[in-house]
Amino acid sequence: MAPLVSISGLKVAFDGTPVLHGIDLDIGKGEALGLVGESGSGKSVTWLAALGLLPVKAKVSGSVQLEGRELLGAPGTELDSVRGRRIAMIFQDPASALNPVLTIRRQLCESLALHRGLRGEAARVEALRLLDLVGIPDANRRLSAYPHEFSGGQVQRIMIAMALAGQPDLLIADEPTTALDATIQAQILDLLSAIRREFNMAMVLISHDLGVVAENCDRVCVMYAGRIVERAPATRLFDDPWHPYAQGLIGALPPLDGVRRKLQAIPGTVPDPRALPSGCAFAPRCMFAGDGCHAGVPPLAPLEDDRAVACLRPQRLPVELAAE
Amino acid sequence: MTAALVEVQGISRTYRMRSGLFGRPTSVHAVDGLSFSILKGETLGIVGESGSGKSTTGRMVLGLEPPDQGHVRFDGAPIAPVGTAAWRAQRARMQMIFQDPLGALDRRLPVAAQIREPLDIHDIGTKAERDARVHELLQSVDLSDSHGRRYPGALSGGQRQRIVLARALATKPDFLVCDEPVSALDVSIQAQVVNLLIDLQARLGLTMLFISHDLRVIRQISSKVAVMYLGRIVEHGDADDLFARPQHPYTQALVSASPAPGRRSTNRIVLTGDPPNPAARPSGCAFHPRCRHAIARCAVEVPQLAALDDRRQVACHLVTGPQSQTQDAA
Repeated sequence: MAPLVSISGLKVAFDGTPVLHGIDLDIGKGEALGLVGESGSGKSVTWLAALGLLPVKAKVSGSVQLEGRELLGAPGTELDSVRGRRIAMIFQDPASALNPVLTIRRQLCESLALHRGLRGEAARVEALRLLDLVGIPDANRRLSAYPHEFSGGQVQRIMIAMALAGQPDLLIADEPTTALDATIQAQILDLLSAIRREFNMAMVLISHDLGVVAENCDRVCVMYAGRIVERAPATRLFDDPWHPYAQGLIGALPPLDGVRRKLQAIPGTVPDPRALPSGCAFAPRCMFAGDGCHAGVPPLAPLEDDRAVACLRPQRLPVELAAE
Repeated sequence: MTAALVEVQGISRTYRMRSGLFGRPTSVHAVDGLSFSILKGETLGIVGESGSGKSTTGRMVLGLEPPDQGHVRFDGAPIAPVGTAAWRAQRARMQMIFQDPLGALDRRLPVAAQIREPLDIHDIGTKAERDARVHELLQSVDLSDSHGRRYPGALSGGQRQRIVLARALATKPDFLVCDEPVSALDVSIQAQVVNLLIDLQARLGLTMLFISHDLRVIRQISSKVAVMYLGRIVEHGDADDLFARPQHPYTQALVSASPAPGRRSTNRIVLTGDPPNPAARPSGCAFHPRCRHAIARCAVEVPQLAALDDRRQVACHLVTGPQSQTQDAA
């Protein structure tokens, strides 16, 4: 089946400093893809670049296709028919994405007018339906409320409602629950997966939280210093990560049950994009690194049908162990 | 038997808040009748969501904020009034670390000079001794003298937090309050700092109060854990046991809400209803509007924190014995 969105060789540079070094990524219809990585790994920049949302000074090259239509370099009018309509995005800080001096109704109806051409009573009815859908109680009365009258979790629900206004095929959720408390995070993730099932909508979930991604995605890409270093089905990645960085991320997470062990911290820090090490960017922090690792950048190579890893020395479990 | 270093007896803190410009001022009970003690060399973790009063508790324990009611005792003595000589002497023995290391450091001063500052303030040692101590402190947090000559802006987030930690340890404190010290750090760096804290605690015999919203970090670092909800402790017990067998419905929801890589949980407890608002505290048990097991009594009567067995205390009308109802239902 042809992918919904296909990104290939996507590169981004700010002021001559490359921050994204060629991303290849396909998302199928209705698929949930997770992007994990630490700050500065390029998870958000990938999608901001794909949707033409980066400032002018950013140099973007490569290709981003939505069902065969090229988005990079497309004129603004064409992008406007994609952004919010075919591909919608929600962010970590929902409160700053809403206008504080306009009612929720005005803002929801604006989206509906823009993307669906709905006006007046039709728009109001649809806005009401959307608020109901995302679980805002007493939606009829709350339509005329202002953003500050809602709690953080509710504002994120409203953002999701606005994102759904254009009936998108793909929702990019950039750290949607990071600013929320644990019990509210569970509510929002629950809502997102219910909506995905109902509308067969694809989703890209960008998060630094491995647990969130593991539980809500089919496939996961691990990013490090502007590259994808491992791509695998979610369940298999967390049971048996191959890339030493992916292993490090999982080992660094304190367990919630079982015996307490010393955490496997990854030594050192994420490299500065202006001074990337030669070869594999992770090599200086990697306990398995050898001479070859410093010589050249390992490509993201498929090792099995559905798995790929960018590492010269992937740490695969022996077959009999992996089968357990 | 080990003696308690920190004893907290029924402390409360109320803030006055106005809703809107002309609204009537209302009282917000940030912390409501909290009692606990921390034994020497022990780490108590306080976990809770925003608005649960965990940071206010930390500030009251340190004497940064006076409790409206109740009292805090440190090593057998009450916390001295702020600004007195006795308070200074006490404060040298208790230190704190906050979430944002950049906010806690002076950007225009090399970090070594900042580590040295407490030694100057409390007049500890000669000049040469202070230099040696700064070197030793930098080493104890796995940093070099060359890091010490840098300004905070030239260090990474993890390194900055290590500097804050080194400075907190300068006066050889007995007691450390850490308020979300690793929440702003990336996972791999977070693990470095957590490991370091655990090592230092064991090596220096520190007593710690560790405040976080992150269950995993809390469990890793604490020997005992207190779960807070709207200004009260709802459950208290040994860290491993509490997370393995949570008794209070809120703790159960928290544990269940914590996503785990590797397995998809099928029977997650998703709480309905709004997040807790300290300005509009529900009657009775503050958790009852979101509780799956709530009965009529919960809306009327505030449950007291009561011992379930010798290791666990729970504040819930429905959890009364080792075979609790909520456990069966879950």
